[in-house]
Amino acid sequence: MSSPAATARVSGVRTMLARAWSSVSISVLSILLALVAGAFFIIVSQLVEPKGTLNLLRPFDAYRSLFLGAFGGVNAIVETLVQTTPLVLAGLAVAVGFRAGLFNIGASGQVTLGALGSVVVGIALADQPGYIAIPAAVLAGTAVGALYGFIPGFLKAVSGAHEVVTTIMLNSIAGSILAALVSGPLKVPNSPSPVTRDIGNAAFPILIGTDGHLGLLIALVMAFAMWWLLFRTTRGFEIRTVGSNPDAARYAGMRPKLVITWTMTLSGALAGLAGACVALGILHHMQSSFATSIGFDAIAVALLARSNPIAVLPSALLFGAMRAGSNRMQIEARIPPELINVLVGITLLFIIATPAFRVLLRRIGTRPSLVAAPTLPGTAGGTAGPPP
Amino acid sequence: MRGITKRYPGVVANDGINLTVRPGEIHALLGENGAGKTTLMNILYGLARPDSGEILLDGEPVTIAGPSDAIARGINMVHQHFMLVPVLSVADNILLGEETMANRVFLDRNESRQRIIELGRRFGFEVDPDVKVGSLSVGWQQRVEILKALYRNARILVLDEPTAALTPAETEEIFAVLRRLAAAGHSIIFISHKLYEVLEIADTITVIRRGRVVGERDPRQTNEDDLAELMVGREVQLVVDRGESHPAAVTLTVDGLRVKDDRGSEVVRGVSFEIRAGEILGIAGVAGNGQDELVEAIVGLRRPESGKVVLDGHDATNWSPRSMTAAGLGYVPADRHRFGLVLPFPIADNLVLTTYFRRPFANGVVRNDAAIDRNGDEAVQRFDIRTPSAQVPAGTLSGGNQQKIVVAREFGRDLRLLVLDQPTRGLDVGSIEFIHRQIIAKRDAGVAVLLVSAELDEVLEMSDRIGVMYRGEIVSIVDGRTADKEKVGRLMATGAQLEAAEAAGKVAAA
Repeated sequence: MSSPAATARVSGVRTMLARAWSSVSISVLSILLALVAGAFFIIVSQLVEPKGTLNLLRPFDAYRSLFLGAFGGVNAIVETLVQTTPLVLAGLAVAVGFRAGLFNIGASGQVTLGALGSVVVGIALADQPGYIAIPAAVLAGTAVGALYGFIPGFLKAVSGAHEVVTTIMLNSIAGSILAALVSGPLKVPNSPSPVTRDIGNAAFPILIGTDGHLGLLIALVMAFAMWWLLFRTTRGFEIRTVGSNPDAARYAGMRPKLVITWTMTLSGALAGLAGACVALGILHHMQSSFATSIGFDAIAVALLARSNPIAVLPSALLFGAMRAGSNRMQIEARIPPELINVLVGITLLFIIATPAFRVLLRRIGTRPSLVAAPTLPGTAGGTAGPPP
Repeated sequence: MRGITKRYPGVVANDGINLTVRPGEIHALLGENGAGKTTLMNILYGLARPDSGEILLDGEPVTIAGPSDAIARGINMVHQHFMLVPVLSVADNILLGEETMANRVFLDRNESRQRIIELGRRFGFEVDPDVKVGSLSVGWQQRVEILKALYRNARILVLDEPTAALTPAETEEIFAVLRRLAAAGHSIIFISHKLYEVLEIADTITVIRRGRVVGERDPRQTNEDDLAELMVGREVQLVVDRGESHPAAVTLTVDGLRVKDDRGSEVVRGVSFEIRAGEILGIAGVAGNGQDELVEAIVGLRRPESGKVVLDGHDATNWSPRSMTAAGLGYVPADRHRFGLVLPFPIADNLVLTTYFRRPFANGVVRNDAAIDRNGDEAVQRFDIRTPSAQVPAGTLSGGNQQKIVVAREFGRDLRLLVLDQPTRGLDVGSIEFIHRQIIAKRDAGVAVLLVSAELDEVLEMSDRIGVMYRGEIVSIVDGRTADKEKVGRLMATGAQLEAAEAAGKVAAA
């Protein structure tokens, strides 16, 4: 008697799985293809080595040490998580922007200034107890990032200045501000190199391993918070509507300019928070050679996660693992860490080529020999529905 | 096509459809929005594969792998939305994908130009091959699409709602072209849901309902009522009985409104009128005479240069769309893709697009998904939106069902004023009847209704009073029940000066 209901439930689960697969299949496929392409580069790179012998199995060695470097043992895992933390936050920053139709290339600058802001306050409160110094420093970094995101958002809203152009310019300005302050007013007197003083009590407490700091927890919470914001609140509905169809948003009584401004501010705040986590969690001071790659890796993280805040977690973990494992890969397999950049780039390339993949998957899905197995309805049917 | 079946997740789009088209025949495919006409043609054109059934061409079973395969077999499709590149010339558009090469590197433009001119001459529509497509009227762009098909040696030509965007005169011209093509032995499959057109042009009519063939008719032995019933599955009132209206106090006053379009030219030039509660004011006019801008100024999407909009005694000039909604405005925009819907969003989300921020759909800033989903399921039921569920993206629905989402949303709350811009454009008779009934129901509930439509019949059938708009002015306001179609039509076309003077007096008196 309950069989129709049971069947419905089974088919419901099946369509859910199919839908889930259709949304991750592209990302998984791009990663696999990137690894294959990376293997090709590893093989080819042997040709230019001085005493190089051509070893076709070397990619396997490289990937093995990459994997062990990232997940082989507690220390490796903690290191991976530490690398992942700022990527989650900055990835969320870019993803939230994407949802509103904004391409925040400025995450890099926002991360830098966020770190700087948190360090400035951290130094000022270095002797205060941690429960005062830490929140204050975190808030300062977030606020500075927010302000630095607000600028391009506001400019876009009032004058239509494209955020890609303005944020690229703001990135170089951020770099200059950092250099000026770190080698000027913030420099430790009599120090040979341009670094600031230590933040003392404003440093994050360590939660796991030797350096698994508080930022891990912050990143995890923010991912769920952003998902909740985007999909469970009216503000998130406004962001998504403006991102999908600004005219309909206006019709619906939303104010796209306001939404754009505050979404960029939010995006900047998240990037600033990422910077604060790096500064307060690992560096404990600020230096002119601050890691600007986070803001750019974040774009890859958000794209791979297809702007889904929860998917940002595994996506950031992937890139974090590649960063963490690259050391061991370099030592054991003598692969230059730059190869990681190549892998990131290729993965991105494949993700951006998503439309081509969709067509490809559909071709495979509808090929007569495979038609018998209707296991790809999500990929084939999802896009081939009745046209509007 | 024999026994064609195609299932999509949750729906059977085609269910064992048989269709036979003979050479030299104009075969009309008639059906409601979402009945499965487009799916069937997509299968024929290789854009979709049938789950079962076969396609026979000249008696031979064939598998059509894709559009290019279809074209190679002489099957061509003219889509509802043209697939032309506006910045290229007519000749280049036609050549695209079918380039005739003079040698390995260069195109042979002369050869192809000659063929285009010759083809056009043969079928009676000579078009200058060097003109940019973007500068052509919609009617001529259509002809370029047909030429493109002929250039590819089409034997079977599928036209998907070819008249949807055409004026009556352009429709007549296209019909003449189609007749000539049929006479030359081409087979034409004509998809439509406009009954009178189908009766006029087709040799055979196949009616599809919910994925099945429900009848084949000879146009000489049938009529509109019979076809409508067949198509919808029940008796349809082509003209809804509007009953008595009981206008009460004035709800909306528009006074001396002047509005500029996006390019900065004044397209609404001092329009004034009043609508009473429980009354329908129709605005008739050829598209592009300022109706869209007038409507946008009233609902708050466009700032008027001068003039006043008064709603229930409050000066609502320059009110935001949000304030207008709060004051009881329901608005069905002319362009549902641009304004009315967010296509990637689920139907349920689209159903709360204008009310998402208030109870019961939100508590503060937190969405109440349970209420949104319940509202979605109810609206899908009540407005007969054909969809597997309310969680499906709105973009996957047919045009008529998309329009029902907009109507369900805007009609589904307490209103003071209802502004309808082309509410039934592109819809089938069943949906039109449904929407017209809803409009009458809202009128009877004491809502003031502004109905803008390029379909003169619609305005005449629904309105208590009709304002004729011509070049940004309302040249005349006439009584809806006694209005003479000929006369209104003439006013739409010419805006006769004499009438304008008369109208000015009437507006002042109203």
